[in-house]
Amino acid sequence: MSLGMLLQHMANGISLGSLYALIAIGYTMVYGILRLINFAHGDIFMMATYFAFYSVVSFNLPWYLSFFIAIILTTALGMLVENLAYRPLRDAPRISILISAIGASFLLENLAIILFGGRPKAFPISELFTKVIKIGTVSIQRLFFIIPVTTVALLMILIYIINHTKTGMAMRAVSKDHETARLMGIDIDRTITITFGIGSALAAVGGMMWGLKFPQIQPLMGVIPGLKCFIAAVIGGIGNISGAVIGGFILGVGEIMLVALLPNLTGYRDAFAFVLLILILLFKPTGIMGEKISEKV
Amino acid sequence: MKRKDIYLTVVSLLVFTVFLIYAHFRFDAYKLRILNLCAIYTVLGLSMNLINGFTGLFSLGHAGFMAIGAYTTALLTLPVATKAQNFFLKPIIEPLSNIVLPFFPSLLIGGLLTAFIGFLIGAPALRLKGDYLAIATLGFAEIIRIVIINAQRVTNGALGLKGIPATTNLWWSFGVAIFTIIFMLLLINSSYGRAFKAIREDEIAAESMGISLFRHKVLSFTIGSFFAGIGGGLLGNLLGTIDPALFKFTLTFNILLIIVLGGIGSITGTVISAFIVTIAGEVLRFLDQSINLGFVVIPGITGMRMVVFSLMLMLVVLFYSHGLMGTNEFNWDRMFDKLSAKKLLAKRRD
Amino acid sequence: MEMLRTDDITMQFGGLVAVKDFNLNLNKGSIIALIGPNGAGKTTIFNMITSVYKPTKGKIYFKDKDITELAPHIVTKLGIARTFQNIRLFKDLSVFENVLIANHLHLKSNVFEAILRDSKYKKEERLMKEKALELLEIVGLSDVKNEKSSSLPYGMQRKLEIARALATNPEILLLDEPAAGMNPRETEEITLFIKKIRDDFDLTILLIEHHMQVVMDISEEIYVLDYGITIAKGSPYEIQNNERVIQAYLGVDEGA
Repeated sequence: MSLGMLLQHMANGISLGSLYALIAIGYTMVYGILRLINFAHGDIFMMATYFAFYSVVSFNLPWYLSFFIAIILTTALGMLVENLAYRPLRDAPRISILISAIGASFLLENLAIILFGGRPKAFPISELFTKVIKIGTVSIQRLFFIIPVTTVALLMILIYIINHTKTGMAMRAVSKDHETARLMGIDIDRTITITFGIGSALAAVGGMMWGLKFPQIQPLMGVIPGLKCFIAAVIGGIGNISGAVIGGFILGVGEIMLVALLPNLTGYRDAFAFVLLILILLFKPTGIMGEKISEKV
Repeated sequence: MKRKDIYLTVVSLLVFTVFLIYAHFRFDAYKLRILNLCAIYTVLGLSMNLINGFTGLFSLGHAGFMAIGAYTTALLTLPVATKAQNFFLKPIIEPLSNIVLPFFPSLLIGGLLTAFIGFLIGAPALRLKGDYLAIATLGFAEIIRIVIINAQRVTNGALGLKGIPATTNLWWSFGVAIFTIIFMLLLINSSYGRAFKAIREDEIAAESMGISLFRHKVLSFTIGSFFAGIGGGLLGNLLGTIDPALFKFTLTFNILLIIVLGGIGSITGTVISAFIVTIAGEVLRFLDQSINLGFVVIPGITGMRMVVFSLMLMLVVLFYSHGLMGTNEFNWDRMFDKLSAKKLLAKRRD
Repeated sequence: MEMLRTDDITMQFGGLVAVKDFNLNLNKGSIIALIGPNGAGKTTIFNMITSVYKPTKGKIYFKDKDITELAPHIVTKLGIARTFQNIRLFKDLSVFENVLIANHLHLKSNVFEAILRDSKYKKEERLMKEKALELLEIVGLSDVKNEKSSSLPYGMQRKLEIARALATNPEILLLDEPAAGMNPRETEEITLFIKKIRDDFDLTILLIEHHMQVVMDISEEIYVLDYGITIAKGSPYEIQNNERVIQAYLGVDEGA
């Protein structure tokens, strides 16, 4: 394949990888702090796209306002789910909270089907993003730059929050040990809620950009990406934010390159993530950035 | 079991068999289908409960196992002509095109193949703990589904299979269900069953008591997947058509709901719950359709049924996490106890 | 006869050395104690012997057979059983079931024979149940055999753990703080009990204990650990008068 095509594919992969990374961060943060796989996270991402859609289509708001509202609403939704579905089960056996997560996910999906209808809708795109830039023989949409740049910017903000603010320190403490964090005067509930909020906000931004890149939205759109992004988080080392980002890029770029180099296997595109998952779980279950935790007996 | 218990159980079974005979002759096709589904979900529920409930392994891959069983049984029972009709896009591979077997061996082969694949998946996957195992099994189920969609010449891909002979009837479904119940009861009450429970309670302690975690986890997983395959086979030959979309995660979720509602770790709980959930599922179908009250028509909302199901699951898990039976089994004495206590209370109020 | 021997076993967790160069010799029929402050590495040594942890360095021999790399359940099958510092009973199961399960490792029937309940399996099951009942009788828990194990008072839970370990038919028994949380009367009982089971079951016992009364009463030899290092080894009398041990752990006697 020509260099031009290769670059195109790489750009594609990096965009996809960025989106995966943004969503994967939400999974990894929640897992780090609650040891919970937030099955509903992919559906939160889906809801974000619908919030934006209705803001533009029903309320005729300009795109920047719609996106802003969508992020706010999605953040609120994420925190609400935490409050209703996970908080009551904080001390219950692990299987209960996992089932609740699955239930919440199904609930959101089916509510979306009822409220928004099962048929795909067209996500509103502004010309701002679709304008094409030409570099030599390669034509790339503006979007393909905006996505990674936005992702990196958000990441830097997140890293700053985690490492240089009290809230971030609280989040790190709670993910190590709930009891001790409480003894140190940290408000666990608030910290956990904020974690969900941040994760959901990032997923919302991811959702907006996803909608711009793949303009078809439907209630079940969060299922496969959600699963893949969780896998990305596991590959990178669950609980580790840089790991989630690395995992997201590995998955995004890998998926695109697989289809590019082996077009016969296009149908197995989604299976790529699962196969990677199985391999990682078998050979390095703690992930690329993960550390080994021994259980005290 | 005490003499009295055996007597009571046999009598109730006889009564139930009479009911089944009545149903076989008098029920319409719709009701028969529901009854068959109850039995099939009993088998599926028990197969999942063995792995998740009794051995404490969080496996979410059940839909994948069911798919293997369903497709195997279907492909083996489909008459040659119908097979050719189905595979119009790409012909089915030899020798499958010409093999046609009766229902029982097809079902059995389906179960055994599923058990074999369960073993292959379990051997590596069961080294993982808790959430990791859940995601790995979920991943395997999805891989199975994606392979089915792509293996056009074996499974007919996304088109699915139609015209599967409707060989599942009340005798088959309930026969298998009763066999499964008895099998599970015998297994759980044996030393191996106790070993499974020990693993569920505390893996490290179980291992320190000499129980090989790997051997027993794989054993439980393989047996569970065998019955899942059988259940899948029964399902396929009841519905008459199967396609990859049938075996999405929703199916695993439904069975999970059944075992959680019935009480993880209770055989009788699973049986009762399978009936309740299947029947309720059908009854609740009205939510998806319009309700004509005469003076007003409440429009049906597609998907409402699943919303109610999800809510139910969450409510059970939030407020009633032990499910109907907890970890207890049905006990004639306890039932009589409860009934007479009610009578006592009623008398007191007078 | 030498039952157990550890050769310079070391356990390192990342940067932390929990146990360094530990050497132990257990002869048949003896009762030996491991003492030391909390965090000294005593339970870690148990965990290495039973293969819950793999030693970073060193080897462990059971009757001259190298068991360092074997899986935990195999070690138990060979004849080393243990109790846990933080009781690890099968909480939701009954007292009887807890002990019964510990018999499973000797079962010869396979799963199909078990399900079919053939005569071979039925006989094994009957023997297992008889043995479990006997053990419960010995520890005095027959009356509560159908209670949920987590509902027992603490002292009885400890006894149940011991009964469970005995059910595996061990030659060596590792007891991790068997007298923890017991009042003086119970402590005396358990001291006599340990001696009794050593005699009745032909055991070799290694115990971790903080109750000095128990330790001094029944141990023939004592190993003292501090921060993973063996600071002393000897008879109860020698240990009681060892300066270093007194400083690190025992403390000075009020009356002295």
